[in-house]
Amino acid sequence: MAEMDTSSGGGHKKGPGVKKAVKKSTRVDLTPMVDLGFLLITFFVFTTTMSQSTAMAMNEPKDVKDKTEQKEVKASGAMTILLGKGNKVYYYQGLLDPANLSTQFKSSTFTEIRTLITEKKKATNIDDLMYIIKADDESTFGDSMNIIDEMTICGVKPGHYAEDKISETEKKLIQMTEESNGIK
Amino acid sequence: MPKVKIPRKSTNVDMTAMCDVAFLLLSFFILATKQKPPEVLAVKTPNSVSSKVASDKAILITLTKDGRTFIMLGEDAKKKEILENINLTKSLGLTPEELKRWGDHEFIGSPLGQIKSLLSTGVKPEASKLPGIPIDSSVSSNNEMTDWMRSASNVFAAASVDRKDFEKLLLIKGDGDALYPKFRSIKEAFKKNEIYKFQIVTNGQPAPAGSELYIETKANASKK
Repeated sequence: MAEMDTSSGGGHKKGPGVKKAVKKSTRVDLTPMVDLGFLLITFFVFTTTMSQSTAMAMNEPKDVKDKTEQKEVKASGAMTILLGKGNKVYYYQGLLDPANLSTQFKSSTFTEIRTLITEKKKATNIDDLMYIIKADDESTFGDSMNIIDEMTICGVKPGHYAEDKISETEKKLIQMTEESNGIK
Repeated sequence: MPKVKIPRKSTNVDMTAMCDVAFLLLSFFILATKQKPPEVLAVKTPNSVSSKVASDKAILITLTKDGRTFIMLGEDAKKKEILENINLTKSLGLTPEELKRWGDHEFIGSPLGQIKSLLSTGVKPEASKLPGIPIDSSVSSNNEMTDWMRSASNVFAAASVDRKDFEKLLLIKGDGDALYPKFRSIKEAFKKNEIYKFQIVTNGQPAPAGSELYIETKANASKK
């Protein structure tokens, strides 16, 4: 009967010509591990300091009961910005004229409004310049903060913009525009 | 003179110690960063170009996405006084023990009428499940934020804290998607207590390139 060769490829038997297994050091090169460690540290340090929340200062005007005490704004220098549903912005220049509402009342977006604010600022005498911000009941807190931030970005100094209560006509106008644009 | 034989040493440095230090620091930073004030209420704040860092000892009013309002009263000593003050002025009839229990709540987000029954159970409620402080401004007496602000300003005035310093402590942290009328109600509560200045917690962002503010800040930086 033929015998089976169990020693093949094993290297258990140290026959002639079979090299002795080299005893390797158990030391592992830790350099990449250290690299990784410090990379993670720098990552965590950076992300924690970057995500610090900031505070934006707000100044509210005192409520004036008497109409005569209210500050008058020149219609030529005023631009009213209205905030609506779904991050939409509407605006008109000067006073609302019931005769040509459709041409006066325009809709816009937050990306567009920056150029509009800057254009208005360039075109108007600085003493007359006034942006009136009115937020609809369905606009969000974020939008009202964004528009104030937009004022800071465009370099409009405090005192040249103010928040006011929205009027019924303006509410209706927003509603009509929203309906025609299909914003729910 | 006999030649000094310098034994040739291996350039391999033992990295184990360095590795230990790296991971020790790593674990320290991970643990340390998690210990910021508990964010029980998920609020996504709006962005702004403001660079001022928000104070962490502030009286913080949180407005969540679904329109609930919560208040955090800051430092423990002041918090205790404010709670005592509102207990007296709104005659909530809380026992000293109940007051102490109330002081352990980080967030206050219940109508004043429910406080007594809430504290009597002794179980600390989960902030995210509280109904929020009523701030409905259609019924003027129902805006309880007015009462909270009154108590807070009374306590700070009694401790002869300057009005301006008190105003710097008022923070509103609102979710960007919260509806505007809720924010208006909070502002009204402030105005009723003659508070006209406060701060909004935002996500700081650099000024967009090309804008007027961007040019201005760049010009200021180059001057320095």
